Order: sequence, then C-alpha cells, then structure tokens
Amino acid sequence: MIEAALFFAAICYGLALLMDLWRISVGPDAADRILALDTMVINFIALLVIYGIARGTAIYFEAAMLIAMVGFVSTVAYCRFLLRGDIIE
Amino acid sequence: MSDGAHFLFLIALLPFVGALVPGVMIRAGRTACASFTAVPTALALILLMTFAPAVLRGEVIQAEIEWLPQLGLSASFFLDGLGFLFATMILGVGLLITLYARFYLSGDDPMGQFYTYLLLFQGAMLGIVISDNILLLLIFWELTSLSSFLLIGYWKHLPEGRQGARMALAVTGSGGLAMIGGMLILGNIVGSYNLTDILAAGDLIRASDWYLPALILILLGAFTKSAQFPFHFWLPHAMAAPTPVSAYLHSATMVKAGVFLMARMWPALAGTDAWFYIVGTTGLITMVLGALIALFKDDLKALLAFSTVSHLGLLTMLLGFGTEAAAVAAVFHIINHLTFKAALFMTAGIVDHEAHTRDIKRLGGLRHLMPVTFVIGTIAALSMAGIPFFNGFLSKEMMLEEASHTKWLDSYYVVPVLATLGALLSVAYSFRFIAHVFLGPVRDDYPHKPHDPPFGMWAAPALLTVLVLLIGILPAVAEPIVTAAASAVTGADLHPHLKIWHGVTPALYMSILAILGGAVLLAIHAPLDRAWIKAPRPEAKTIFDGLVAALAAFARTITEGVHNGAISRYLAIFTVASVGLGAVAFAGGGLSERTRELLPIPPVIAVGWLMLIVATVSVVLMHRARFRALVLIGIIGLSISAGFAYLSAPDLALTQISVETVTIMLLLLALHFLPKETPRESPMGLKLRDGLIAIAAGGGVGGLVYAFLLRDIDTISDYHIANSYEGGGGTNVVNVILVDFRGYDTYGEIIVLGIAGLIIYALMQALLEGPAARRLRNVDYSQDRSRDRHPLMMVVVTRLLMPIAIMVGIYIFLRGHNQPGGGFVAGLVIAIALLMQYMASGFAWTQARQRIEYHAMIGFGVVIAGLTGAGAWVFGLPFLTSGYTYVHLPPIEEFELATAMLFDLGVFLTVLGAVMLMLYSLSRIARYAGSADVNVEAMDYDPSERQSDAEEAR
Repeated sequence: MIEAALFFAAICYGLALLMDLWRISVGPDAADRILALDTMVINFIALLVIYGIARGTAIYFEAAMLIAMVGFVSTVAYCRFLLRGDIIE
Repeated sequence: MSDGAHFLFLIALLPFVGALVPGVMIRAGRTACASFTAVPTALALILLMTFAPAVLRGEVIQAEIEWLPQLGLSASFFLDGLGFLFATMILGVGLLITLYARFYLSGDDPMGQFYTYLLLFQGAMLGIVISDNILLLLIFWELTSLSSFLLIGYWKHLPEGRQGARMALAVTGSGGLAMIGGMLILGNIVGSYNLTDILAAGDLIRASDWYLPALILILLGAFTKSAQFPFHFWLPHAMAAPTPVSAYLHSATMVKAGVFLMARMWPALAGTDAWFYIVGTTGLITMVLGALIALFKDDLKALLAFSTVSHLGLLTMLLGFGTEAAAVAAVFHIINHLTFKAALFMTAGIVDHEAHTRDIKRLGGLRHLMPVTFVIGTIAALSMAGIPFFNGFLSKEMMLEEASHTKWLDSYYVVPVLATLGALLSVAYSFRFIAHVFLGPVRDDYPHKPHDPPFGMWAAPALLTVLVLLIGILPAVAEPIVTAAASAVTGADLHPHLKIWHGVTPALYMSILAILGGAVLLAIHAPLDRAWIKAPRPEAKTIFDGLVAALAAFARTITEGVHNGAISRYLAIFTVASVGLGAVAFAGGGLSERTRELLPIPPVIAVGWLMLIVATVSVVLMHRARFRALVLIGIIGLSISAGFAYLSAPDLALTQISVETVTIMLLLLALHFLPKETPRESPMGLKLRDGLIAIAAGGGVGGLVYAFLLRDIDTISDYHIANSYEGGGGTNVVNVILVDFRGYDTYGEIIVLGIAGLIIYALMQALLEGPAARRLRNVDYSQDRSRDRHPLMMVVVTRLLMPIAIMVGIYIFLRGHNQPGGGFVAGLVIAIALLMQYMASGFAWTQARQRIEYHAMIGFGVVIAGLTGAGAWVFGLPFLTSGYTYVHLPPIEEFELATAMLFDLGVFLTVLGAVMLMLYSLSRIARYAGSADVNVEAMDYDPSERQSDAEEAR
C-alpha cells in the first residue's frame, strides 16, 4: 500500500517540478520565476522525504530538514535584490 | 662522522645567520655594522682553521644529515684540501673586503644592505666548496647567481649596474640550468648524488654513453660562471658594481666557482680527449683573447676584468690538460691570482675613490701623489706580469712548462706559442697598469686632487701584497696547502716542490720572451691603440641585447597569442587541449567490453534530467539577461544536488545546496553594481567555434561517464571504503577521505581558500581606495526601491533561526566523522546563518555584534589544521597521520575522539572565515555607493518603540 502511495506522491511532485520549470521559463515576471524556484526547492525536499521513506533510512529526512533550513535563503536573496538591489545593506 | 665534524654545519650556516645582523647593526653606526659583519666571517674562519692540521695531513672531514633521502638529497658537507683552500680564500678575502668596504662606501650608500648581500653571497660560495651532495651544491650554485645579482646591482640608481647585474644573472643563471641537467645525468650514471661516490666512480662515468652530454652541460655551467669564451662578456659589465664587490667576486669567489667545479669534477670527468679539447682549447682561447682586449681597455676596472678573464682561461686550460703537474700549477695559480688580483682591484678602487676617475688616459704620475698606493699597485701588477720574486712568476713558469710539452692535434707548437703570446700580452697590460697610472709626469687635470687613502682602506691590499712577496720569495710556505689541494683535485698522493729556479728550461726562454715582448708592446701602445679603436669588433653587449630582445619578442608572440586577455580564448585553449588529450587516449584503444546493462529510468529522475537540460540550454540562450540567468543557475544547482541525494550522497547534496546559496549571494552582490544585460560582443563565427568546442567537451565528458557507468572497474573507492574505519577511525568515508586519506590535499585547499578570501578583501580595499570609489559615489542606485530596508518579519524570523542554525552546524560538525556532515558543510551552514543576519538586520547592526575578525578566523583555522597535522610528528608519525580513541563519560554514551576532528575544526574555521570575508568584502562596496546612510538599529520601524512613543504622548 505504502509503495503505491509513495509512487503516486512522487509522480505528483514530479509533475509539480515540471510545472515550476514551465513557470520559470515563461515568467512573465521576475517574481514569478523566484516563486517558482522556491516551490521547486520545496518539491525537491518533499521528494527527498519520499525517497527516504522508500529506502527506509532516516538520513534523507535529516538532509531534507537541513536543506529546508538553508534552501530558502537564496529566495530571500533574490527577493532583496529585486526590492532593494543591494542584498546586504 | 669524525670529531668536531659537525662544526662544518656551523661554518656553512654562520654567514647566513650573520646576514641578518648588518641590517640591524647599521642603526648603531657604520663601524659597528662592519665589525658585526666581520664576526660571523671571522668565527667561521677560526672554526675552519681548527680543521687545518687534519686537512693538511690529507684527511677528509665529513658531516651528514639526511634531508630528503627519497630524492637522494642530504645536507652533507665535506672538507678536503681543495674545499679547505677555497673556504679559506672565501672567508679570508671576505674579511679583507669587509674592512675595505667600510672605507670605500660613501655615506649615501645603504651599508647594512651591502653587508647583508655580501654575507649571503659568502655563505652561498662557502656552501659550494664544502657540499658533499651535488644537489646541495646546485642549490648553493643558484644562490651565488642570485646573491651576486644583488651585489652587482647594488647601485640601483645606475643603469649600468642594473644592466650588468641582469646580464650576469642571465648568463650564469642559464649556465646553472644546463649544469642542473648535467649533474642529474651524472647522478643517474653513478646512482648516487653524493660527491664522494661520484668522484670515486670516474671510470664508470667516462665509459658511459651519457658522458659527453653530462660533460658538456656541466662545462656550460662552469664556463658561464668562470666567464670563459664565448661567455666572457658578462664579466666586464659586472664591473659596474662597487669595487669591493668586484674585488670579491672577480678575484676570489664567484668566477672561481667555475674553476672550482672543474677542479672538483676533475677525477670524475678529466682525462679524456673530449675533456682536453673542450676545456683546454676554451681556456687557451680565453686566455689569449682576454689578455688582448685587456691591453686596450682604458677603464682600470675593465682592464682588470679582462685580465681576470684571461687568468681564468689560464686556469681552465691547465685543468684541461688533465695532467697531475698541470693540476698542481692550477691550484698554485688560484692562490697567486687571488692575492694579486684582489689587491689590484682594491688599488683600482682607491684610485677611483681618490682621483674620481679610473680612465687610464686621464691618469698618470700618481706615484708622487699616492706613494703607498703606488707601491701596493706596483707589487701586485708585477706579480700579475710574472716577474721573478713575485708569486705570479712561479705559477706562470709552471704553466709555461706544462704548455711547452702539450700536443694539440698533432702539433707541438700551437699550445706553447699561444701560451707565450698570452703571457706576453699579460706582461704588456700589467706594465701598462703601472706605467700609465703611476709613472709619467704629474698632471694638473685630475677630476679630484688625489692623495693616499686612510690606513683602513689600504690595509687590506697591503696585507695581500705581503703575501705576494712572501710566496714569491719563499714558495715553500705555500707548499702544504698546494699539496693538500692538488692531491684532492687529482685524487693522487702528490708531493710537489715549489721553487723559483727550475734551471734553464724552455719555460724560462718563454718567460724571458714574454717579458721583453711585453715591454716592446707597451712602448708602441699608442699607435697600436689607435689601430685597435679603428678596427671593427663585434660588440658583445649589442649581440647579447639583440639576442635577449629576440627571445623576449618570441616569448611575447607566444604569450600574447595564447593569453590575449579574453577568458573565452583561455577556456577554448584549455578545453581543446583536454578534449584532444582525451581523444588521443581514447584512440589508444583498451576500452573493455561493457559489462553492465542500462537500468530503467524512473519517471521522477527523468524529470530531474529534463530540468537540468532545459535549464542549461536556457542559460546559454538567455545569458544576456543576467538576473534571469542567475535564477536558471539555481535550477541547475538544485538538480545536481538532487542527483547527489539520489546517488546516496545526502551530505554532498547538502554541501551543494549550501555552496549554491552562498554563490548566488556573491553573484547578486556583484550584479547590483554591474550592468544587468551582457553586451553583444562575439561575432557569429566565434560563437560557432566556441559552441562546437563546448559541445565536444560536454559530449566527451558525458560519453566518458556513460562508458564508465556501464563497466565494472576497479576504483580507489573500494580501498577507501574498506579502510575508512580501520585506517581513519570513521565510518563516513567522504569525511575520512577529506581529513585523513587525502588530508594533505585538504590542508592545501583550505590554505588556498583562505588566500582567495584575503585576496578578495585586498582587491576590494584597493578598488575602494581608487578612482572606482569616486565613480561609485556618483551613481544613484536607489531609484524605485522598496522603502522597507529591514522588514520586521524577516528580522524576527532570522533571529529565531540563528540559534537553531548554529546548533545544527555544531551537530553536523561533531558527527561528521561517522555520519554525513563534517567541517566543510558545518562552516557553510553557519556562514549562511550569519549571512541571514546580515541580510535581515543590516550590515552595520550585525557588524557591531561580531567579535572575531574573519581574517583571524582563517588564520586560526589554517594554524589549527597545521598543528594537528604536525602533532603526528611528536609520535614519530608522518604529517597528518590521525589517531583516535574512545572515551566513556558516564551520563552520555561512549563516543569517539579523533585527531581528525581537530583537523576538521581547522577546515571549519577556514571555510567560515573565508566565505564570510568574501561576502563581507563584496558588500562593503555598497557602503561607498550612493547615499551611504547606515542603520544602527536592526529594524527601520520598531513597533515596540512606537508604542512607547504613544504612551508618552498619552
């Protein structure tokens, strides 16, 4: 049962990644692209967790948490760049 | 090692240690400086003299410390008769020169510098003559080239000095390069780099096929150093140096190094036809040519320089004869030449110093004005001419005697006739030195009224002339040292008898002929001189300059063709070369059959693959819009990181994401001050070319990876996995590789990282102090921006995150040895945590709360890692061997302590410091740009303060 659920979830996140890719490609705005990239990171984290469950190891869960911790920083940096130009004022 | 032999190390080290002193002592005055320069020299000389009895008995003193045994390099010294003779000359004349220079150098010359260079040079020379390892000898050999460069160019304000120094370095340096080749061949033939072994293996060397190449290469080194034809031209130009330098370098030391080497290698290399014809002929030509040119030189020092060239030729010729008697004559003449030539150079210096000119045509009649100098100069010059009862006569007689029965290509006349001619010319220029400088009427047009110098200045040459006379009248006093040195040169037990009267021999007739002929030549010097000036001659300096210019132009053509300043050109060359090498390797065959089948591709992985390809292609297509390209690069980083995670390397995935984040921030910081669009510069053809190269390289690498993945190949990974726990005490193979197996690499890498951080800081500093800072100030970067610089939400969230992130960083760091993690990732994670504070709360606010300088952090990191590595030495293990142990403290579980963790701490600190310093440096630009109002408070609008305002109002 869990295999089927994991497979389904993985497909969903894979599709989400494709949609993010589409959004980044067509834009139209820089904000759209940043948001899509951030979502991409989130989807990636989700996939990592699913992969960890499938492999039956806790390491991926941990890695997912750590990536969640640092992954958003670049989004912040992109946003500050758009808003203020200088990211460290 | 015999008794007291370890003093040899002390002797070798003293000048180098002493070289540190003059620079300090000059503050105490010039006399103090000179005295303190004399101390190490005198001390070394005294130590050397303690060996005198043993060496004169024929013993060889040896001392050795292993240095790099794998390379055959050991710090081994030995002292035999030859080395003793040279060491005595180097140190003895060194002392005299120290005294002389004290009075010669004027108040404007930096004396401390002079003495430091002098001692460096002295140490290098000393090293050459007592080295027992040819690799060590080569090191000292190069050191003499370098330190003599400093000495010759001592008067930096004179273009002749600089050019002369450069020429000397170019000639002797390239000779040294050839010699390195020759010595390596020699070491290869014998199978040992120890000089003692090489000298004992003469027959083996002479029988080897490699004998001739080795001989020619080594002789190139010796000939360039000893200014033999056709490399003689650098020596006169080196006369631009202060006279003490000339006296030291060109009488006793530098130029004698080549002669020393030929004498040293005599047992190993001499005795063949090749040796005789190359060495003997070169010496003969140099002797005659040098003497001929010397006769027509008007500059006193140039005259002496060419006379030195001529005498070096004489020595080379004698060594080239390859007979034992000739070797004795050579050794004896080395001593004699030293005494009279050093005295003559110093005399020339005194004349120059007092009369303010050393042009012979402007001098004359000085015997009345400078009687002491006249006596000294005359005695030395008569010795140079080879007049009886002066020491030059004795060795010249022996030379003529040897020449009289030397056959050259079936001819019994070539050598004796040319040797007599050389002696004749030598008499002529020596007489000219006396007659045209000191004799004749007193003139009234000297640039400066000359008179005798103070005692300190003429004491040194006077002492040397005493030696000239002593040896000239009582040759037996020099017998012990000549015996010891000549025996050392030949390797045979010799007992020469030095005496004045040899009976009526051919040499006597040749001598008489030379003296009479020389007097005649002097009498007709004026018309000869006019003819000489008119005659066309090749000018060595012009030829040399032309050669150097041609070489430089050639090098520039290549350099500018390859390095034209466009990075696309460099990358293209690099990539094409790599692809080419890969193609060659691939064409060599040897690709085994594929042993694995392609696995099915899971759909999600295919998505990742698609993301990577789409993002890469998009970056290529859209790279002109720089911000968009940066976002796309984010996708690529994410995909790579996903790949790492999928291929069971979650820690690499984390590292990749962290590096990506930091990189993006760096690029964004820089992009703020750069144009947001890349201008169109490359023409279509160039784009096409670069595109093809890129596709070839990418396709090649892809194909390579594909080929590897489909085959079972033994890799080093298996070894690492098998030994990681046993050898390195950790179960995280990646970490054990980083801190243990490849710890040395990691150590180098963190140093490079630290240097990179510091360089970025320095560049930024230079940039901000330069004109760019003014331009920055005048640009307004603040149009249409959000007003809230430091949003409340972000400030609060990042502050909450800070302790969590730090804890995570420490956690990752601590478990790194056994579980995914390690110092590198931990450093990045904490760097990101700190960067969040910079971004959210502002630069000034964060900077005010930061206690440790990032520079210091880099330094501490490198030092900790280095000390950890060095700690292994205490236990007699190689650098960076790690140790580990298990500790059990009751409340917590048993845990492991490994030295690797300390090393990892060094990595952690360096990474953190370097990353923060880079970002800090880049973000400093903003302080200079536009309106630079800095916030002291974290938030622009602090709601808590606003509330209190409201309360006050109420």
